[in-house]
Formats: sequence, C-alpha cells, structure tokens
Amino acid sequence: MRLELGYIPITDIQFGDVSKVENGVLTVDSKTVEALILKDERIVSVKVDIARPGESVRITPVKDVIEPRVKVEGPGGMFPGVISPVDTVGSGRTHVLKGAAVVTTGRIVGFQEGILDMSGIGAKYTPFSQTNNLVLVITPRKGLGSHEHEHAVREAGLKTAVYLGELARDLVPETVEVFESLPFMDGLKKYPDLPRVGYVQMLQSQGLLHDTYVYGVDAKKILPTIMSPTEVMDGAIISGNCVSACDKNPTYVHQNNPIVHDLYARHGKDLNFAAMIITNENVYLADKVRSSDWTAKLCGFLGLDGVIISEEGFGNPDTDLMMNCRKITDRGIKTVVITDEYAGQDGASQSLADAHESADALVTGGNANQVITLPRMDRVIGTEEYVGIIAGGWDQNKHEDGTITVEIQAITGATSEVGFAYLSAR
Amino acid sequence: MSKIRIVHYINQFFAQIGGEEMAHVPPEYRDGAVGPGLALGSAFGDKADIVGTVICGDSYFNENMEDAKKKLIGFIRKAKPDLFIAGPAFNAGRYGVACGAICEAVREELKIPVLTGMYEENPGADMFRQKVYIIATRNSAVGMRDAVKKMSALALKLANQEPIGASSEEGYIPQGIRVNLFEEDRGSKRAVDMLMKKLKGKPFTTEYPMPIFDRVDPQPAVKDITKAKIALVTSGGIVPLGNPDHIESSSATKYGRYDLDGVNYLSKDAYATAHGGYDPSYANADADRVLAVDVMREFEKDGKIGSLYRYFFSTVGNGTAVKNAKAFAEEFSKELIEENVQAVILTST
Repeated sequence: MRLELGYIPITDIQFGDVSKVENGVLTVDSKTVEALILKDERIVSVKVDIARPGESVRITPVKDVIEPRVKVEGPGGMFPGVISPVDTVGSGRTHVLKGAAVVTTGRIVGFQEGILDMSGIGAKYTPFSQTNNLVLVITPRKGLGSHEHEHAVREAGLKTAVYLGELARDLVPETVEVFESLPFMDGLKKYPDLPRVGYVQMLQSQGLLHDTYVYGVDAKKILPTIMSPTEVMDGAIISGNCVSACDKNPTYVHQNNPIVHDLYARHGKDLNFAAMIITNENVYLADKVRSSDWTAKLCGFLGLDGVIISEEGFGNPDTDLMMNCRKITDRGIKTVVITDEYAGQDGASQSLADAHESADALVTGGNANQVITLPRMDRVIGTEEYVGIIAGGWDQNKHEDGTITVEIQAITGATSEVGFAYLSAR
Repeated sequence: MSKIRIVHYINQFFAQIGGEEMAHVPPEYRDGAVGPGLALGSAFGDKADIVGTVICGDSYFNENMEDAKKKLIGFIRKAKPDLFIAGPAFNAGRYGVACGAICEAVREELKIPVLTGMYEENPGADMFRQKVYIIATRNSAVGMRDAVKKMSALALKLANQEPIGASSEEGYIPQGIRVNLFEEDRGSKRAVDMLMKKLKGKPFTTEYPMPIFDRVDPQPAVKDITKAKIALVTSGGIVPLGNPDHIESSSATKYGRYDLDGVNYLSKDAYATAHGGYDPSYANADADRVLAVDVMREFEKDGKIGSLYRYFFSTVGNGTAVKNAKAFAEEFSKELIEENVQAVILTST
C-alpha cells in the first residue's frame, strides 16, 4: 500500500465567521462546530475554546487529542467504521493540518483524564503544548452513564477533527511524504539482504473505559492481526480509553504513530519494515495467553528478524508485554520493548509489575511517579476541580498560590510507550 | 563567590610512595594537590581548589579501617573542605573499597558532599554505589583523563547544590534509583536504533535492566477452614462512601482499616471504590464484587468458615510502588497475627 501525506502547516488558530485555512492560520466558525456536536442528543452543551503554544492556559481534564486530516484520494475516509463507512484506508493521499489538534475535555468520565499546560514546566512534558488546539468543553445530559458519556465525547472529538480536516481538501500541501509497504513476496524480492522488521502494537483493551477501536471494532474482541502501517495514518485505530493520561495513546498519537514513522525512515535503507501487527491487552489470563501465542505465531509466519513491541498502560498489561516478548524471542526473533515505569515517587521501587529475562532491550518513557509542581495558569479550560482525584493527583494537591503538585502520570502524553516523547529514566 | 575548597584522597601508589610493598603506610596529610589531584585541580580552573590531600596505604586502610577513617577524618576536618573527592580507583579493589568507605564516613561526619570514581566491576562499586556517587571509569589509569572530566563536572554540581541528573547524563554508576531525563531522540527512534544494534550483534544498553522479583511461596493449606478466622484485604480500593482516608486513585501512600461489624453486604449507599485504574461502575454498584463480604457472611452462617475478621484492609493497587505496598502489609499483618487470623483472602481487580 502506498500513501502520500500532504502537510499543510498550521501556525495559528483563531475564531471567525467562516471556517478556513489561510496562510497557515486555521480559522474556526465556532457556531458550526457547536451545532455539529449538539446534534448528539446525549450532549446538552459545548463550549468551544482555543489554546495556543506558550499561552498561560491549562486544559483539564483532557480526554482525547485528535489531528485534523482528510482523505483526498484513494478508498475510504477518516476514522473508517466510526465516522466514515468501513473501507480499507491507508492508500492514496491524505492531507494533514500539521500543527493543529482537537482536544476534548469536560466533566470527568473516569479517574484518568489528564492535564495539558500550554506553557511553564508542564508544557515540557506534553507534546500537545506545541499544537494549536481547538478545545471542546463538553457537558453531557444529566444522568448519562459514564460509558455513554465517554462515547459521546469520543465521537464529538472525531467529528470535529473531520470537519476541520475537510478544510484542507483543496489546499496545496507545503510538503508531501510518501509511505509504502509491499506485499510479503515483493518485499522479500526487493530487499533480499535487509533484516525484516515488524512492529507489534499492543492496544489498550482492559475494558470499560479502557478501550481502543480498530475500524470501529472493540479491540477486546480482535485476534491479533496484520495491518499496513499506513492504515493508522488514516485513523484506522482510535482511542476510547481513560487509562492514566501519561501513557495512553490519544488518537493523535495513533495517527502519528512514531514507531511507524521511525521504521519507515530507515525502510529500504538498512531494514525492511515488513509488517505491523496489532494485539490487545485483555484482563483474562486465557486472553493474554491466546493473544500472545497468536502474535508470536504471526511474527513467525511473516519471517521477521526483529520486532519492536509497544505497551499501552501499565500494571496488568506488563504481563502481556512480557508474554509477547518471551514468545517472540523464543522464535529466534530479536526484540526491543517500549514501556514506562512506576518506580515510586522516590524512584526506589521496581518499575514493572512483571518481568522476563528476554526483555533485555528496553526503552522507557520514564518514571510516571515523578512529582512535579505546575505553576498557576491565567486561564483554565475545563475545570481544576478534579486535579486531586485523577490518577497522579491526591487530596489537597492544589495549593493556595494556585500551583498544583502531581505525579507526571497526570500529564497527557508524558511517558508515551510508543516513544512519542523524549522522556526516559536511568 | 569564593573558590570551593576540596580535599582529595589517594592511595600510596598514586601518591608515588610506592607499590604493593608500601601499601602498609599509615594516613598522612599534605597541603595542596598530589598526583591525580593536579589534573583534577586544573580541570576545576578558578572554580575550586584542592587545598589538601590525604594519603593512606591500601593495606593499612583495609586492615585498620576504623583507625584509618578516624585519622583521615581528623586531617580532613582541619582543612575545612566544602567537598571531598576520593580516587579514582579504576579497578584496584582495595583502593576502591577505601574510596567508598572514606567517602561515606566523611559525608556522615562532616556533612559535606562526597564523590569518588572507579570501574564498574571494582568490588567497591557494588558495596558503595547506592550510598555515594561513583563516576564509572575505565579499568585502568589509561582512563584518567575521561574520569577527571566527569568527576570535576559532577563535583562542581554537588558543591553548588545543583540538581543531579540521571546516571547516563552525569556518568555515575546507577544507584538503583530511577531518575528521569530528557533524551535527545524520542523513544521510538531509540527503540529502532537499539533493535538495529541487536540485529547486527553490536553492543547495546537497555534503559532498564530487568528487576529480580520477590517471589512468595504459598503457605500450607489451612487445616480446618470451618474453624478459621478469615480476613478480607483488597488492593481494589473499596472504601466507605466518601473515601474518609483520602486514599489516592493511583500511587497510593496509605491504606484504610474499616469495621465490618453488623455489615452483611456492601451496599452502594455505603461503599465505593477509590481505585482509578479500572472502570468503577460495577464496583460502585455492588462493592461485594471486589470485596466479597456478602459471600463471607453466608459462609459464616452456614458454618463453611469459622468467622470473618471484624476489620478489612483496603488500598489502591494502581501504579502503587511495591515499597509502599510492602510497608502497608508489614504493618497490618501484625494486627492479623495478634488477632489470630488464620487466612486472608486478597482480592485485586
């Protein structure tokens, strides 16, 4: 499959009467966005706001972050099986509003929404302090259950991202990047001497507010399967989960999966990026055994020489990570795993809930228990009411001077386990 | 700002007194820098001065450790240093041990920052890596220039009380304490680079060596369960509604002890979960799903168990450090033993 990504850089975002992109400025007609979201009868009100890099703004509790994109050539549309009809995406051409993002927030759903600071020390820990954000503060109908609430917020974010992405349909991208993955036999013939490298992505699927969707299918219900890495660039995988903010993959990170991009960067040079395999992280032992068996089997079938395995979440999925690593290594395939750590606030405890000697090549997103004090911000989008109960916060962690002390666990994207961030630990 | 005052420790060899045959020499003090101290001194430039050097033979130190430490600290105290440096010892075993030991003693007695350097396989490294900063050096004095560069840089940071970075940034031997740092490359690129090295059979360094797990052997079965007093303990976060002890939704630093007297089941009007790692809907609707008080009461009534212990213990096992969890259990287990509880049902989520 061959996909062209055409990038339209966005350097500013503002409100206006007509939504458009001009000279790198994304102008948004907030009334149209509101009307679009309020079509969902589960939502009673939405406030549309803007947060730019460097501003004294805090967004919390953050649920998801999505990049506006549009499919301009080739089959299917953005977020197939969810917003667009089901069709295989990942080929043709897609335009991207690079530098823009949709951020969803509002009254809490679970305990695991995040904090996103646009400036100050907290901004260093989240990649979304660097994007021009359209923020949706969503209030659901009274009495709406948490699962429906999460679903409504998820869809509102995706719909808004699609609406903004459409603005890029007829624009001329500043740069175009081409990604191509070849069928099994063609890849072998074209790169006979290069190591065949695969990427195993573990999708958060512990269930009930810890879900990920693949072409609209709940990842709990999938068996591990093979994808073209280009499919994720068209929104084939979306986040529906409220795992700790630091190490869940927002939809934006799925769209821009950095392992996919960094493997493509060397594809055809010193490696052959042969396949992407997705698997899940279900809570039952039988599911863990089955999925890791299946993943290792696929790696074997595909004749892979090396595999990068990424985790999502922590604790319970550490077991899936170790099972995958052990079983893939047992097939004579070289592995590298990416995870993050919960070594305690003092960094003195063991970092993982499970371990295996085969995981001898590990990349870490850092210790999520590290404590940080975030400065007072001039403006809060959403509410700081929950900073004491979200994962990484504690009772009375908001101080009189307006500063907030949390573990970086509470910061959206701080310890990315697909390696989207620069943080690490030793 | 006045110059930082440093006292430096070296052995008889680096003081050019002699080799093994002179290892018996007792502690002595000399003004200014000696041997490797000269290189260290020039690395500090005008920021710090090596005001004095203490010297001791390796055999003397290791065979008369208490006496050697006492004499050396006497000399060091008089020189009024702001910082103390020992070595580097490279792979010299007794010298490495001496460097670690004197550093530890000086920090304790004089309350000043200390620093040494040695090869990772020096026995002194294993003994003191968790106690003092030890710059990782090569295994012989060939690595002096590199060692001096790293030691002088970290020494200044220590003396100026600047924040100390991760071991990979500063060059010290990991202390078993995880420290965050920002890398130049994002995680995904580091993973691809590491995989390529592994595929080519080249050396690579994992960012987290696998921990050794503390395995707990199962206890023998309870002889007569129909007579046993059983307690419920959970990491599933079940607490009285309102979470009176404010147990954190993640990374718990405390646990709660709650009375079950007269409680036959956990009503949704009285109990909920504080746990932030799973969907709370079903636990909040019926907390017995996590902490099975209802079934235990039934078993109690039917004579299937002796009795349910009057209190249950609860914490949140979400991202909670093993050290904290261990400390909780050590504390409440005492009560369980005192109260003759014979078995515990531990539920997670």
